[in-house]
Amino acid sequence: MIDREQVQKVALLARLALEDAEIDTFTTQLNDILGYFEQLGELDTTDVEPTTRAIEVVNITRHDQRVSMSDREEILQGAPDRDGDFFKVPKIINE
Amino acid sequence: MTTATPAKTQYEAVIGLETHCQLSTETKIFSPSSTAFGAPPNTHIDPICMGMPGVLPVLNQKVLEYAVKAGLALNCQIAPYSKFDRKQYFYPDLPKNYQISQYDLPIAEHGWLEIELYDKASGSATRKRIGITRLHMEEDAGKLVHGGSDRLAGSSYSLVDYNRAGVPLIEIVSEPDLRTGQEAAEYAQELRRIVRYLGVSDGNMQEGSLRCDVNISVRPVGTETFGTKVEIKNMNSFNAIQRAIEYEIDRQIEAIETGEKIVQETRLWDESSQRTISMRVKEGSSDYRYFPEPDLGPIQVSSEQLSTWKAELPELPYQKRERYESELGLSAYDARVLTDDRAKAEYFEATVAAGAPAKQAANWITQDLSAYLNANSELAITDLKLTPANLAELIGLIEAGTISNAGAKTVLPKLLESGGSPTKLVEAEGLIQLSDADAIGALIDEVLAAHPKELEQFRAGKTKMQGFFVGQVMKKTNGRADPKLTNQILAHKLTSAE
Repeated sequence: MIDREQVQKVALLARLALEDAEIDTFTTQLNDILGYFEQLGELDTTDVEPTTRAIEVVNITRHDQRVSMSDREEILQGAPDRDGDFFKVPKIINE
Repeated sequence: MTTATPAKTQYEAVIGLETHCQLSTETKIFSPSSTAFGAPPNTHIDPICMGMPGVLPVLNQKVLEYAVKAGLALNCQIAPYSKFDRKQYFYPDLPKNYQISQYDLPIAEHGWLEIELYDKASGSATRKRIGITRLHMEEDAGKLVHGGSDRLAGSSYSLVDYNRAGVPLIEIVSEPDLRTGQEAAEYAQELRRIVRYLGVSDGNMQEGSLRCDVNISVRPVGTETFGTKVEIKNMNSFNAIQRAIEYEIDRQIEAIETGEKIVQETRLWDESSQRTISMRVKEGSSDYRYFPEPDLGPIQVSSEQLSTWKAELPELPYQKRERYESELGLSAYDARVLTDDRAKAEYFEATVAAGAPAKQAANWITQDLSAYLNANSELAITDLKLTPANLAELIGLIEAGTISNAGAKTVLPKLLESGGSPTKLVEAEGLIQLSDADAIGALIDEVLAAHPKELEQFRAGKTKMQGFFVGQVMKKTNGRADPKLTNQILAHKLTSAE
């Protein structure tokens, strides 16, 4: 079970500002989602090795070769703010 | 000795280093943009390193090779199964809001590195093994420029250059085995030597290719538990690492002795004031919530692949140091200077292989050749026109008595600049040593006859005058007279004539 406090912590970590009512809504919704996952616990996994993925692929790599991928201007234009060739972001120091 | 006051508490520092080392690949860790340093801002960016929706990162195989080779060189166990994880945090230098790193299954673990602590006063060296906890692969972040300067304070906005975002790094974490600033600086230098020997990184600290963070605490000698740990960042030279640690040890001991509480925090080394300054980072704002990176498959290094890479490793600096001392009979100092740079070590080895005695080869390389290279900083030892074979030949001429040491030094500048055969050059320059006893004897007679006053002084007990007579013989022969022989004959003549 997840409580309001945990929802507030996750919101802080995700830099989301939540209203009180939203905290209640998300607490309920997240608990519902976690409840669905709980159903998986009904299966017997005693002899199943833990894994982080469903598809068994290993060692997918590429050659160390330069490829021109896209227009830099296009990427820069996608930013909310820019200053010439730089991306521009709000002041980030912790007071 | 009796004393009324209790013995002063002795403290020791417990230090561990986290080193980020940029790998010398052509392209980024998960995307094909260039990793070149110093390009105009945001020219080496692409949808993958910028975290655009729908893109798929793919591991650069050179990154894996370099990381495994570094792990092997650090005597680590290479993980048979390894994976990438996402480390989440918000900072504008991180375009995706997570960094792809390795958390619980790093590519390499449980290694060690041997440092050598050289004592200038005694000329002796002691060795110490420093444990390597782990080595993992990860991507670098971008670079922030604060309101037109590199300083955080006073800027109202920041500019971001993502050229560095996605550049491949290995992070190497040491065990807390280091005890002094000198040991830590030596550890960092040895690490740089190793990655340079391997050719996996240029180790350039000024360009940020090698960055060290220090974890440090102090405790009374004899205690087992650790004191409160402080992290120090922002040192951009080996010297700064040493000084930052020395400052921090003093600061922490003083805090303990005055009853002040040491806070677990991150401090920055301030080069201008030569002290560490607290960063005051807000508590509880970081919680990385690592989870397996779903876009990248796991890594399994086969034993065949591992042995191929192992076979490609060069002889490492600590192995060379050991061999130069035990097999070639060099001093700890010479071994250290020669092995600092792989190209220099290989030049030395080629000279010895061409027949030069190790000690003489070491002297020429660490003294005359190094002085020339220092004066011509754009040159590497491999650029010298004087080949190792030529140097061996020159040393051979001295050994055979064909030329004097001074004669060899006379022709050296020409050999360094134009190359060619030393034998031909000393012949052409008329530097072949005069080793004929009769001829030297005749010259000595002339010198003695021409300087009766000095001879009288010598006979009156001023034995230092012998050097004067040798000098006169050298002058007459343009330094070609065999100095040893000249001394012998002169001594004989001076004593027998009395």
